[in-house]
Amino acid sequence: MGRFKNPGAKRMTSIQANPSDQADDHDHDDHGHGHDPHLAHHFESMEQQFDSGKLGMWLFLATEVLFFGGLFALYVVLRARSPEVFSYASHFLDTTMGGLNTCVLIASSLTMALAVRYAQEGRKVLLVVMLWLTMGGAVGFLVIKAFEYNHKFHENLVWGTGFYDPTDKAESDLVQVAEATLVDPIFSAPQEANAEAARSEALSNLVNRPEEAASSVSTAAIGPAGLANTLAAEQEAIETKDSAMGHLADPEMPVNTHLFFAIYFCMTGLHGIHVVIGMGVIGWLIWRAQRGEFGPKYFTPVDLGGLYWHIVDLIWIFLFPLFYLIH
Amino acid sequence: MSQEATVNHESEEHEEHGLGHIVGYGPLFGTAFALIVLTILTVGVHAVDAGELNIPIALSIAGFKATLVCLYFMHLRWDRPFNGLMLVGSIVFAVLLMVFVLMDSGQYSPQIIEGNPAGVQLKLDDVAPGAPITAYKQLD
Repeated sequence: MGRFKNPGAKRMTSIQANPSDQADDHDHDDHGHGHDPHLAHHFESMEQQFDSGKLGMWLFLATEVLFFGGLFALYVVLRARSPEVFSYASHFLDTTMGGLNTCVLIASSLTMALAVRYAQEGRKVLLVVMLWLTMGGAVGFLVIKAFEYNHKFHENLVWGTGFYDPTDKAESDLVQVAEATLVDPIFSAPQEANAEAARSEALSNLVNRPEEAASSVSTAAIGPAGLANTLAAEQEAIETKDSAMGHLADPEMPVNTHLFFAIYFCMTGLHGIHVVIGMGVIGWLIWRAQRGEFGPKYFTPVDLGGLYWHIVDLIWIFLFPLFYLIH
Repeated sequence: MSQEATVNHESEEHEEHGLGHIVGYGPLFGTAFALIVLTILTVGVHAVDAGELNIPIALSIAGFKATLVCLYFMHLRWDRPFNGLMLVGSIVFAVLLMVFVLMDSGQYSPQIIEGNPAGVQLKLDDVAPGAPITAYKQLD
């Protein structure tokens, strides 16, 4: 409903700004019974228009709750199945950074709520200042999040099999070859083809880069069916790779720890996208607020943008304990 | 002044009073302060080993914080009740989804293959023989 109402209201304001356009817009212009210029013609009153906009926004927020609800369901299933993964992997997350981000979002929620108040009171300067502060909170949140993500990527604390890559660059380069041949046996093509590819790959390595190939795990690929766990290879690998293993060297690491990071990046990533969209909304509000479009009679965009920003805060309120604060 | 600005929903003639409810500084700053305190509290209690209770405690603090945000920042306390009903309804259905998915996954959990997924196990064999290796049964 907000979508239907807003373009009308926006056009009215643009008509105000450019009187020359009025002639083109008879359907809106012809009322002439002293309506508020912000009142779209399909609404009885400003109050009905305001309530309709809010109703539409709340419907949208309900779909947002359901949107995240799917991921929360995934979280519940993963955590119920392997609680040890969550209590183990949670310690890789930086609680200080997460807590700081929680406070940043709370502060920006406060400035957004104040912005709505100042829009209602028609205090333009304070409205613009509050919106800029909210924007600052959004940027701050994303910067802190970027530091966190960067650290995770650097340590290979990521989703999927990338989690099991050695963190050392030279090591992981050597593994690339072997990895290419060791495709998942369940889902891949027939084993014969894999074994064939593995042999030729490893042989060409022996020819082209003898020293590296001899010391690398790719030699292990010259085994039956492309499987690499020959005893010699294991011994060799243990000797050479102990240093740069990171979390892989931890014997306490539970099975499927990478799933924690999969759901972590899914949920915080989707939340981050919402923050970026929120920044777009706030920027648009700043632009309109600076043109003096909002006042006691018309502040619906600020109000609804605020609701969106608060639901972003709301989601984070749950994400923070569910990921960072696992005992 | 905020109390006087409350819109009278019963009558259409009160437009000049302004739309919506203007929330006073007290509730706004009070809510933000409570949220920060509760954040510190939830970080503090997570270090305490409460066994099975850790999750309910963390979730009830989060739920309380969420309620504060909804009631004061999102104006639901003064809003039309139907808006709040939509939010509560969506949460109810999201929880229903979680419960049923959980029940369903409980039904098939005996058939889940223990240990690492095949691709992960092969990679671990390859790059980290010292890493945790668990029983890996091949499907066939």
